[in-house]
Amino acid sequence: MANTTIIQTEGLTKVYGMGDILVKALDGVDIHIEQGEFVAVMGPSGSGKSTLMNILGCLDRPTEGRYLLAGQDVSGLSNKQLAAIRNRQIGFVFQSFNLLSRTSAVGNVMLPLVYKRGAGAPPPAERHERAMAALEAVGLADRANHMPNEMSGGQRQRVAIARALVNNPVLIMADEPTGNLDTHTGHEIMKLLHDLHSRGGTIVMVTHEPDIAAQTQRTITMVDGKLADDGHGRRQ
Amino acid sequence: MTTATDILTAPSLPAAEAAGQAILDADGMIPAREILAIAWEGVVRNKIRSLLTMLGIIIGVAAVIIMIAISAGTEATIAEQIEGLGANLVFIQSSFMRGGPGGGNSVNLVYDDTAVVASVGGVVGTLVDQTTSLSVEAGSTTLTDIQIVGTTPDFPSVREVTIADGRFFNEKDLAQTAKVAVLGAGVAADLFGDADPISQQILIGTTKVTIIGVAAEKGAVGGVDFDAQIYVPITLVFDKFIPSQFARFVGNNVRMIYAQIDEDADMDTVIQQIEYKLAKSKGVTVEELPFTIQTQDDVIETRGAATEAFRNLLAWVAGVSLLVGGIGIMNIMLVSVTERTQEIGIRQSVGATSTDIRLQFLTEAVMLSLVGGLIGVIAGVGGAYIFGATSDMRTVIVPSSILLAFGSAAAVGVFFGFFPANKAAQLDPIEALRHE
Ligand SMILES: Nc1ncnc2c1ncn2[C@@H]1O[C@H](COP(=O)(O)OP(=O)(O)OP(=O)(O)O)[C@@H](O)[C@H]1O
Ligand SMILES: [Mg+2]
Repeated sequence: MANTTIIQTEGLTKVYGMGDILVKALDGVDIHIEQGEFVAVMGPSGSGKSTLMNILGCLDRPTEGRYLLAGQDVSGLSNKQLAAIRNRQIGFVFQSFNLLSRTSAVGNVMLPLVYKRGAGAPPPAERHERAMAALEAVGLADRANHMPNEMSGGQRQRVAIARALVNNPVLIMADEPTGNLDTHTGHEIMKLLHDLHSRGGTIVMVTHEPDIAAQTQRTITMVDGKLADDGHGRRQ
Repeated sequence: MTTATDILTAPSLPAAEAAGQAILDADGMIPAREILAIAWEGVVRNKIRSLLTMLGIIIGVAAVIIMIAISAGTEATIAEQIEGLGANLVFIQSSFMRGGPGGGNSVNLVYDDTAVVASVGGVVGTLVDQTTSLSVEAGSTTLTDIQIVGTTPDFPSVREVTIADGRFFNEKDLAQTAKVAVLGAGVAADLFGDADPISQQILIGTTKVTIIGVAAEKGAVGGVDFDAQIYVPITLVFDKFIPSQFARFVGNNVRMIYAQIDEDADMDTVIQQIEYKLAKSKGVTVEELPFTIQTQDDVIETRGAATEAFRNLLAWVAGVSLLVGGIGIMNIMLVSVTERTQEIGIRQSVGATSTDIRLQFLTEAVMLSLVGGLIGVIAGVGGAYIFGATSDMRTVIVPSSILLAFGSAAAVGVFFGFFPANKAAQLDPIEALRHE
């Protein structure tokens, strides 16, 4: 597979204004991530990992800098267009699962398909079929009609992963996906992510656990909003 | 068929690139049925709260329907009463009692004026009545509180009462103050059973009268039960049945003279003629004549005006309760938006646009008010029906009131749902997701 750049940022900066004090959550971050990479992001608390993830996942906008996602400059896109990018190109996995609590597993997994519009919007029957296939991929087909509160943390995170990949995104963003799970369950989730990676998926994952980071090919380290190590052995 | 393996296979990037601008195509709406399904889920998710939210609308809509039904019922009763008096009538009555009844120099409406009215061309019948309530005795049977209607010979034709047996009294009976009576069908049966009442004598109060006729069954019209009455010459009422001290006071004053006008005659012309002739006989000018002469339509309108004020008041009350209902919906929706901030964030993170979110909450508000409206319509129609069946008040359900109430409920939903929906739509995805 030819190497294609999925993520390319130039001088990504995010400034939060809190009264008179300005917090630079991101301070000129340049990152390149190629298709098919599995990248871990590490760094102390408050170093800007989540801020980076949110911008890379098009949930947030940088204060300054450029971001090319799969070759497309997303810096100047409208909110609607960003929503469409999140819908079609990005799958999110959060530490706290972020499932709709009163919606069944399959209903949660279908959600991105519901908001898929225009060309390629799947009809309801196909939606259900694809959601079921995604649940099967994470080994939860038999829990399709269970509510999140009837499931364990690991199962909930698997539902979240199924939801993240149901739209065949080009990029999976996972912010501490194992942070709320015990070691054993964490490894199960990692196995799923590895599985996804081995089939060509591009994954960026924040973690605080070195042994989890060690399972990836490349670890990016953030310190004080700056890229301390881009994982290629070159310090910036 | 999509399989688990397909799902786990990432798309090749060239394919994603080929999709090109389609990826950015966010202007299309998600299908309406999708929005409806999402909103419906929101409504049924918390049934008790939804019901409480709808309560204001339910009460408002039910109130509109019941109140309009009551005032329509009142109007229908009035119209029926007036129309039940006969067809093509004009009503002549004293505008007010000038100088007190029977006062020396006052111009009063008296029984003799009937002759003046009857002499006007186009008047086909005149009627005066004076009703009193007395006990009636026939043999061993005594009935108390029977309506004794003193009236004039045109009564059967004006009031559309048929004489089944015998005859009604005539001008001669009237002139002679004949002690005769005509029985309503019900009274006849009560007093005589199957026996023939004609030529029998009964005691009305302390006066012995002879029965000369029995009216055919007519039933109740406009609240008056024609079958439960006894008809006697009005002169007999003046002479015998009005307590003496009262009689002196009233003299032969009458409350009202009814004149039945020829169908083909022009109402206004006939009324002018009546005014002219009455004024002339009283020795006053038409302007000085202290009588009001009204057609049935005039009377229905005058009485209707009173209920209209009542109706306007009710409309305000109903409008205010709908408004309160709307504010209730807005409050709960605002709370709901705050409570469901995380849900909104989750939806945004998987691709919901602010339009999607706005529509979801707006639809939810409209659904709440429409479902509330529907329950309100059922409660209102049922309530109006039960109210009419169990109380003296009559109710007539007006179909347009259902549309009005339902329509206002929908409008309230859109209007009061807009602010919360906008608030939801403007949430920032990150902040929404972080919300606990
Ligand atoms: N909405 C906000 N307003 C103001 N400051 C913010 C906001 N979000 C993040 N920050 C600040 O930006 C910095 C980076 O935060 P971020 O959440 O990205 O850190 P993190 O590396 O993910 O930390 P953790 O490991 O604890 O999750 C922190 O100093 C934080 O206080
Ligand atoms: Mg974080």
